[in-house]
Amino acid sequence: MASDPDDMKRRDFMRRSLLTIPAVSLGSSLAFDAYADNGAPALSDYQPMFFEAQEWQFILAATDRLIPRDEHGPGALEAHVPVFIDKELAGGYGRAEDWYMQGPFHVDAPAALGYQLPHTPADIYRLGIAATRRYCQQRFNRDFVTLSHEDQESVLSALEQGRPDFARLGVDDLPSATFFSFLLQNTKEGFLADPIYGGNRHMVGWKMLGFTGARASFREWVDQYDRDYPLGPVSLSGERG
Amino acid sequence: MSITRPDVDVVIIGLGWTGSIMGMELTDAGLNVLALERGGERTKEDFLYPKPADELKYGVRLKMMQRPKQNTVTIRRNAEETAVPQRHWTTFHPGDGVGGAGSHWTGVLYRATPNELALKSFADRTFEPGFLPEDMTIQDYGVTYEELEPHYDFFEKVAGLSGQAGNVQGEIVEGGNPFEGPRQNPFPLPPLPRTLTDTLFTEATQKLGWHPYPYPSANVSGAWTNPYGMQLGPCNFCGFCSNYGCLNYSKASPQTCVLDALKQRENFSYRTNCEVTRIVKSDDGETVTGVRYRDGEGNDVYQPAKMVILASFPLSNVRLLLLSQIGRPYDPVANTGVVGRNFSYQITGSIDMYFKRHQFNPFISAGGSGQVIDDFSPDTFDTAKHGFIGGSYIYTTQGPGGAIGAVKVPPRTPSWGSEWKKNASEHYGHHMMLGTTGTNMSYRDVYLDLDPTYTDPHGDPLLRMTYDWKDNDLRMTQFMAERMREIVAELKPDYHTESFKQVGDHFDPSHYQSTHLTGGAIMGTDPNTSVLNRYLQHWDAHNLFVMGASAFPQNMQHNPTGTVAALTYWSAKHIRERYLDNPGPLMAKEDPANA
Ligand SMILES: Cc1cc2nc3c(=O)[nH]c(=O)nc-3n(C[C@H](O)[C@H](O)[C@H](O)COP(=O)(O)OP(=O)(O)OC[C@H]3O[C@@H](n4cnc5c(N)ncnc54)[C@H](O)[C@@H]3O)c2cc1C
Ligand code: SF4
Repeated sequence: MASDPDDMKRRDFMRRSLLTIPAVSLGSSLAFDAYADNGAPALSDYQPMFFEAQEWQFILAATDRLIPRDEHGPGALEAHVPVFIDKELAGGYGRAEDWYMQGPFHVDAPAALGYQLPHTPADIYRLGIAATRRYCQQRFNRDFVTLSHEDQESVLSALEQGRPDFARLGVDDLPSATFFSFLLQNTKEGFLADPIYGGNRHMVGWKMLGFTGARASFREWVDQYDRDYPLGPVSLSGERG
Repeated sequence: MSITRPDVDVVIIGLGWTGSIMGMELTDAGLNVLALERGGERTKEDFLYPKPADELKYGVRLKMMQRPKQNTVTIRRNAEETAVPQRHWTTFHPGDGVGGAGSHWTGVLYRATPNELALKSFADRTFEPGFLPEDMTIQDYGVTYEELEPHYDFFEKVAGLSGQAGNVQGEIVEGGNPFEGPRQNPFPLPPLPRTLTDTLFTEATQKLGWHPYPYPSANVSGAWTNPYGMQLGPCNFCGFCSNYGCLNYSKASPQTCVLDALKQRENFSYRTNCEVTRIVKSDDGETVTGVRYRDGEGNDVYQPAKMVILASFPLSNVRLLLLSQIGRPYDPVANTGVVGRNFSYQITGSIDMYFKRHQFNPFISAGGSGQVIDDFSPDTFDTAKHGFIGGSYIYTTQGPGGAIGAVKVPPRTPSWGSEWKKNASEHYGHHMMLGTTGTNMSYRDVYLDLDPTYTDPHGDPLLRMTYDWKDNDLRMTQFMAERMREIVAELKPDYHTESFKQVGDHFDPSHYQSTHLTGGAIMGTDPNTSVLNRYLQHWDAHNLFVMGASAFPQNMQHNPTGTVAALTYWSAKHIRERYLDNPGPLMAKEDPANA
């Protein structure tokens, strides 16, 4: 598993290797444009639109733990999951633009009745990251991003199980497990959504599954049972994998 | 600002399936018809490849649906609970915009059975007195299968229905559903090609002595020109079907089957971004005079019309009737009134099987493709022995398409980290599902009314849903779980997981079930127990007709839209043949038999 300094090197390496990708491997010119678009900039060059600097460092570190690079392939950072989350939170999703957000908010309603918090997804991240960082200060006297991978994982597990009481860390009406469930769900979305949304860079998430992306035409394959589909994914913008 | 627009013959509220069909029928009759649609314009160009192949936008963020911000429902399980709003959709996905839910439905297109349309009579014939729970309020539709058959038949041609008939004019056909009502014609098109899941399901259920048949599918299997001259092409199993617009002109929808023909007619017009806020009653209260709506610029507009067709999906239909104070609201305590009464929904359950030895390629998937048995329908076996009325179909469908929603890992796998990743990648493509979709009876304390607290952005109350699962229906779904375990035992997967409701469970709207919401403005033959007469004409305002599954007195096992469409044509026939020449009630209130 990669350690922190390695991560930096890896990003540098990825940036360089991208610049030297030969155009001949890229099919049509449409694919070429899209590929070039998707390729730049490297994660380290990305200017977050929503996250503040320290929040951004938290997201980089947390998503790297949730979907790490390992022997099973690239992880959240190679996929640019943090870029995806930043763009989503800076946009309509972050503002809950489609959600019904009128009060009163019965925050203690039975879980079955669905989401009842007064926060937008953007609020949830802002408040949740702040509370988690405070939790790390209390527990380890350090910031999340400087913890060992093992300790970071233990913090994320604690969030998943709802153990940190965010109310005692100065954040009301936000169960820590709810913050975690947004973080995890959006991380997986960023790994597996079409690359036009900033994540799933070079369709690494789809390749991990064997998903075909936007190919969307399989008539002649319907009755070919138990055969592995031979073609890699394509994206909405025409990138091929 | 209030504006009055020039008079029209007919105003249709909502331009989904039922609104489009009524548009065709009433323009055919020479009337000047105007449709008002709350949502935006949506044409086939919006569905051009590759636009729909976007799981995040359509499958996850649900961008084709009604936005809860603009209008949602509140939910509670019983009268003691405080209802809270669905702040984003979890349990159902109401449509919005031209085409309505019809433009992103799945396309499983069924008929009701003769007994389902007369369920109360069937129950009275079948069960001992006292067998039905006292608070169960099931009723007959007041229309028979024979009366609806020609309309089912026509809509199936409009939709290019693909599949295998099981009963043609009383003759049972091998490979079809032997338990369906008799149909005058075979299906317009043959079944879709069979997937691996279909074939495994067929083998297993045949061994068990049951009768598998292909899902009747409005994802069409071949080229088809429908009676309106609209053309559909063969479905290519694109994998972006339910919740998505079709990128291939293959899924029957108002867009692909009706609207281009309708829009060419000079006596038809429609306005988008126009949300009807009230149906306006005449001074004597016997009729309605038109509607009020809010246009895209925020103007309050009065649109006079000689007839009003309410076709805005069950939730909105019931809410508009309550807001407009047309018909007496239902009171479950006093057991009086009708509007909101007999709301019902659905009971579903599923099994997920993992086979290391099979590669299903789940991205090869079409919503209407699948294999089914009807051996456990309400009238095909002795349900009394098992303590319930009702039944369910059991099916499989290959998929799910998409990636975000398709990751499956074995039980007890961590939900993140390397373990998750390893399992997600190794297990993708090796799953097969079994599902049950079943009847839901109606009950005295399950109903719709206006919420006392929550409002839409303009201050009008939201619709409130008081809904819970009942033991009868839960026993039914438990029975289906046992049958499905028999299929699992035949198929011998490496492991399987189950999701079924248990007796005693309460409604859990945090998961998607279906968008088959029914009742609340039901049809019947007695104005004391129904909002509409058997022609879908409002008992209290003869020039108001209400389309959609809100007319169902209880929910049937099969998907609703075939029956919704057939009822629309049935109502249109009586409007055209009887009402237009002689406007007035099509059924006398006093003596239903005289109708
Ligand atoms: C994801 C999904 C899958 C489905 N799959 C199936 C299936 O496989 N088989 C099946 O039988 N059924 C299925 N259904 C249900 C099916 O879509 C509906 O039964 C069908 O569309 C109902 O037709 P309708 O005309 O009543 O409503 P819709 O088609 O929804 O049309 C209603 C229209 O009215 C408009 N409207 C609402 N309120 C107002 C107002 N106040 N003013 C103006 N306009 C208004 C809406 O915006 C909408 O466009 C599915 C539904 C969904 C969401
Ligand atoms: S699966 Fe078939 S019907 Fe469904 S959206 Fe794709 S092409 Fe259309």
